[in-house]
Amino acid sequence: MSANVVDIAWRVGGPQGKGVDTAAGVFGRAAAAGGFFVFGRREYYSNIMGRHSYFDIRVATHPVAVHRNPVDILVTFETETLVRHALAVAAGGLLLHDAGAADVPIDRMVFLDPPLQEALVSHLEEAGLPPTTAGLLEAARRRGVTVLSVPYGELAEHLTSTLGASRARAERMINTVAVALSGALLQYDPELIKKGVALTFGSSPMTELNQQAVDLAYAYARETWDLEALPLRLAPRAERPVRLFLSGTQAVAMGKLAAGIAFQSYYPISPATDESVYLERHATVPTVDGGTSSVLVWQTEDELAAVATASGAALTGARSATATSGPGLSLMTEGLGWAGINEVPLVVTIYQRGGPATGLPTRSEQGDLLFAAHAGHGEFPRFVLASGDVAEAFVDAAQAFNYAERYQTVVIHLLDKTLASTLQTVDPFDTSQLSIDRGLVAEPAENGAWPGGFPRFRPTESGISPRPLLGQPGGMHWLTGAEHSEVGRVTEDPTTREQQMEKRMRKLEVAAREIPAEEKLQVYGDPDAAFTVLSWGSTKGAILEATQRLAAEGVQVRHLQIRMLWPFPAQELAPFLATAQPLVVVETNYSGQMARLLTQETGTKPDHLVVKYNGRPIAVNELLEAMRAILAGKAGPRYVIRNPFE
Amino acid sequence: MSVATVTVKDFQVDYPNDWCPGCGDFGILNALQQALAGLGLRPHEVAVFGGIGCSGKTQYYVNAYDIHTLHGRVLPYAIGAKLANPALTVIAVGGDGDGMAIGAGHFVNAGRGNLDLTYILFNNEVYGLTKGQASPTLPLGAQTKSLPEPTIQSGINPLMLAMASGYTWIGRGYAFDIRGLVRLIQQAIRHPGLAFLEVLQPCPTYNNLHTKAWFAGKDRGGLPRYAPLEPSYDPVILPGTDEATLQARMAAFIAEATRSEEPIRTGVFWENRAVPSLGERLVQRLPNYLSEPPAKKAVADGHGRPVVDLEPLLAEVAIR
Ligand SMILES: Cc1ncc(C[n+]2csc(CCOP(=O)(O)OP(=O)(O)O)c2C)c(N)n1
Ligand code: SF4
Ligand SMILES: [Mg+2]
Repeated sequence: MSANVVDIAWRVGGPQGKGVDTAAGVFGRAAAAGGFFVFGRREYYSNIMGRHSYFDIRVATHPVAVHRNPVDILVTFETETLVRHALAVAAGGLLLHDAGAADVPIDRMVFLDPPLQEALVSHLEEAGLPPTTAGLLEAARRRGVTVLSVPYGELAEHLTSTLGASRARAERMINTVAVALSGALLQYDPELIKKGVALTFGSSPMTELNQQAVDLAYAYARETWDLEALPLRLAPRAERPVRLFLSGTQAVAMGKLAAGIAFQSYYPISPATDESVYLERHATVPTVDGGTSSVLVWQTEDELAAVATASGAALTGARSATATSGPGLSLMTEGLGWAGINEVPLVVTIYQRGGPATGLPTRSEQGDLLFAAHAGHGEFPRFVLASGDVAEAFVDAAQAFNYAERYQTVVIHLLDKTLASTLQTVDPFDTSQLSIDRGLVAEPAENGAWPGGFPRFRPTESGISPRPLLGQPGGMHWLTGAEHSEVGRVTEDPTTREQQMEKRMRKLEVAAREIPAEEKLQVYGDPDAAFTVLSWGSTKGAILEATQRLAAEGVQVRHLQIRMLWPFPAQELAPFLATAQPLVVVETNYSGQMARLLTQETGTKPDHLVVKYNGRPIAVNELLEAMRAILAGKAGPRYVIRNPFE
Repeated sequence: MSVATVTVKDFQVDYPNDWCPGCGDFGILNALQQALAGLGLRPHEVAVFGGIGCSGKTQYYVNAYDIHTLHGRVLPYAIGAKLANPALTVIAVGGDGDGMAIGAGHFVNAGRGNLDLTYILFNNEVYGLTKGQASPTLPLGAQTKSLPEPTIQSGINPLMLAMASGYTWIGRGYAFDIRGLVRLIQQAIRHPGLAFLEVLQPCPTYNNLHTKAWFAGKDRGGLPRYAPLEPSYDPVILPGTDEATLQARMAAFIAEATRSEEPIRTGVFWENRAVPSLGERLVQRLPNYLSEPPAKKAVADGHGRPVVDLEPLLAEVAIR
């Protein structure tokens, strides 16, 4: 790596509710303020307080959209984080741990699941080290990790005595101290850490107090350690363009707001809730002409009601959406069918998590693709979109409404827990690049009287018919979940059934023809390379980087990312599939759900299926390893990425 | 300017009806059409949402915006439409199975909002459209025609459930007392909040216990088994009503709603005007809710570009 290329992976862990997220936010913003690209990955349990959580922040001079192992700096405050992550620190890296913590045998740690305990103990036994925290620290030292003992207790007392902070507040500020120690170890500009503090705490009085803690920590580090002797450096960049630093849920919410969402319903569920809460908090936003514009966010009693209220609102002309994850989608299926047969423009945002049932509620999985593509009894047209990163989440969230209204049907926007909680620097969103398509709305009163009811469902060549909105004079018609005539009258007539079924399904054929290829499929890497990786959703970041790394080694890879999964872009894929050698599909699920769709729609089977289903996203190094194995002819048709330590 | 008067004909529509002869649903339909016309509403201003069941077909025969929803979901669809377009007059109709079984969670939670709409529950004590199984309102031990054995589950009291859930207008009518029903439906619609009207509805095909003749008291010299609440009964709660009065009215409500002696009472059981409607609450939160409700929200300018200015939101997450 050349001297001015920076790529630092920093990890902080601790009990949920103790400020780990805040610490990561401060570090990430401090790095972004120095002109770096930043990527953040959050892991947490389905728990409010106490269970282990951790946050990876990756800082680089190039755009990053994935985490990596090993990490360069590990910040721990207590034993559990130390035990879970000590092995993850790279040679030449730094490990901060509590100087006051006792040496604890690993098999006494009830909070560690047995497989992880066994993996750690056998690792240490092989190295001839005791199966304790001291053994882990020694193993790190032997690997070339600089282990730094930090007297957190004393530092907290120091915060109390010099800054006058209460003991409780001082303990919380230890997070900031650890971030600042990390900054000092990297010889990063303390003013930028303080900027990270200000950007995180805003105008609250906590900003100043925490900024003083930064100075205190820097002073401590300079007095205590020989900073010059440490290997890692982070020097602010000269170029510091304005960037956004935000999560996937925020990006989706902003995309919806930009698109003019007027109604959002939801029932709380991880990892989808944050989006709705953000929308409610930002329910009224300014308009370009100086006015204001609002979205009504409605918390329902369950997801059955969430999909129904959003549909009811959509019938009146409101741009309407609901957001949930797999369990909620299960309940919404009846409502999808109703919207489908009534040709209701409805956006359903799904943040996939580990399934089935309650599954892994706070972990990630691309487990709901086939479900999204098929959910509901009977047949009706739908769209399934999937975003690959935070910037795409914004654009797709807005575009979903255009598809919904243009084709008057259900649009499922798939994301996952990974994207939901990813924090990423992106270029500022530009709403002037978005266009809005409201589809065919009827002007019934101007088109004369319709004594037998407005022909809402009159078959047309495109399958799309003008849609009157509830309350419009002259537009009255019937809506029903039963098969119906062109005015919405229930019918079981065979001919009408055929006509209406064909009308509805035709919309999808028209969409498949009309929608530009780039909205369905993106090509990255070398478009002419035979080595082809096919993906969808949040694995994009890992694949992009792995592709670039291999290119730097002289191995050309073509990366195809499917953004519209239904209707499946079989035609657009065909020329690539014809020349793919090998064809590799990467997914974070067990069975390769997209690979199945691919085979179903194109007849092509991937040569290699790379999957990971432990609930965690694929790290770039894990993917590289898989791709190298494939290149070396050492991978079978199914390659499972496993990692017991995350 | 002369305004054309609305007549019941405006709400009638020529469409073949497939209810069984003598079904109580005819009475309710008739009353609904008269009530809407009597209020001077124009058909396009009205949206009638139906559940699934024989009762859920009522809106087929009403000239208005009519939405046949899913089994149990009539309230959420109706709520979504009313929230998005508060100018609409929204009526929800459905069966006792639709509302008290599969839709019971929605029934209870709707009470929390006090949204200005009217829900009419057709209580025939059976699942009509699925051929007469026990509905959640059939009393313990009753055996209607289709039941192989008497029901071994108790019946729900819809009025009590409505009260417990926070409905601010609660009434009961009888399907063939059409004049009384017209008045009740109109009162329910005029009430500026969530209104619940239970209608006792004979199902001549499956409910052989509580028939039209039974309600009319044919077996006891023509003394009907239903009668209006006594004139002394006062259902009204006003803003500022003191606690003692409130408690007394609630006790009277419970006595009348649960009485086991005949006659079964009809009329307005509860009219709470002290609770702000959901619309009023929303205006507090979204200042332009009424001037630009979700249904009318401006989304794009003349060039198809978003009208929303995201700048303040971007500023919150911008690193400068
Ligand atoms: C999800 C679902 N489950 C079951 C049914 C079958 N179903 C149709 S109508 C009905 C019951 C209707 O009873 P009620 O709501 O009392 O209406 P009524 O016919 O008596 O007016 C049932 C169970 C359905 N349509 N949908
Ligand atoms: S089954 Fe009963 S409720 Fe249904 S139409 Fe016939 S009489 Fe009416
Ligand atoms: Mg019934």
